[in-house]
Amino acid sequence: MGENLPALLYVVSGILFILALRGLSSPATSRAGNRFGMIGMGIAVLTTLFVLENKGFGTWVLILLAVAAGAVPGAYIARKVPMTAMPQLVAAFHSLVGLAAVFIAWAAFLAPRAFNIGEPGHIHLQSVVEMSLGVAIGAITFSGSIIAFLKLNGNMSGKPIILPMRHAVNLGLGLLIVIFIGMLLTGEQSPMTFFWLTLFAFALGFLLIIPIGGADMPVVISMLNSYSGWAAAGIGFTLENMALIITGALVGSSGAILSYIMCK
Amino acid sequence: MQSQRETVEEAARAAEEAARAAEAAAATASGNADAANAAAEQARTFADQLASLAASLSGPSDFVYLLALFVLAIFVGYYVVWSVTPALHTPLMSVTNAISSVVIVGALIAVGADLSGSLNGFYPKLFGFLAVALASVNIFGGFLVTQRMLAMYKKKEQ
Repeated sequence: MGENLPALLYVVSGILFILALRGLSSPATSRAGNRFGMIGMGIAVLTTLFVLENKGFGTWVLILLAVAAGAVPGAYIARKVPMTAMPQLVAAFHSLVGLAAVFIAWAAFLAPRAFNIGEPGHIHLQSVVEMSLGVAIGAITFSGSIIAFLKLNGNMSGKPIILPMRHAVNLGLGLLIVIFIGMLLTGEQSPMTFFWLTLFAFALGFLLIIPIGGADMPVVISMLNSYSGWAAAGIGFTLENMALIITGALVGSSGAILSYIMCK
Repeated sequence: MQSQRETVEEAARAAEEAARAAEAAAATASGNADAANAAAEQARTFADQLASLAASLSGPSDFVYLLALFVLAIFVGYYVVWSVTPALHTPLMSVTNAISSVVIVGALIAVGADLSGSLNGFYPKLFGFLAVALASVNIFGGFLVTQRMLAMYKKKEQ
């Protein structure tokens, strides 16, 4: 299989995702929309499995184990959770996407050769920027979604928690993230620097969501949704993968618009 | 980019002409035939190199294509959700969340990467494995829970 067929199939799955979002905006088409989403995801996954570098037995075992380990609890939770707990469930699911993005960026950082983005310690600078943004946004999505979940689920007070100097602290963390990305670009690409970068982004995610009250959480969840899309797109650029770029952009912008609509 | 490409193409044309002239010289001056032939050969190689350089400069890079795709998809996402009914906010959020688990593509690439030449092949595989599992929770959970919400919505309608 050349490179063209997988790319075209990724475009097809992107189109199915557009139809899914479109379908979900009106009751008559909503169920068809959800089905389009499932088919799109199936196409994206199968296409990726076809183009894997290492199609050895071990790879298939690992992938099957991982999918089963996720699918079983995922399907179980989806059936059992009461309908009143839907917003916090979406928040909890979100945190998983954020964490997955962090893990993928780390895999790419540690084994850049496997992703055609350079040698360990000498990753192409453009890829460093993309994966740093991916890891930072993914980490913010993860920790922010955890806080949103805890607040909606009642494990944490829904009242806004206003920390002293929070704007200065958030600004400081943001600056530290930028500085550490700069260090990766100009100095040694050490895993320690990437680790700190990840940690600062986790902290920023917590601090950004903590001052927000429980009533505003649906908007926050939609905003975090949008973030997870941008994280996916960042990683998509690193891997030069059309599925991730198209879908990341779609989710990123539609999530932002949805949170705006919900504010009105 | 355009002017650079033109310059290279001009140079390629000049080299081509030089090659032709050298060949002509070889044909007439039989005494120096070998030397002229060698020169002609050199000139032709040079022309070929320049031509392939010109070809590589002729289109935008892969990154620009991907960036264009990214920007266009942002616009699609922007326009596609404006008309959503308020009752469908939560299902739409849930399906968007399910779709964002397309990051599984990156995770699968990490698990299925050929890491035989890498120093520490264990951690990338482990991270990829964990990411596949997390994204799978989201894929199965996200779409099924959306389906459940929509089924409830249908009941309410009737």
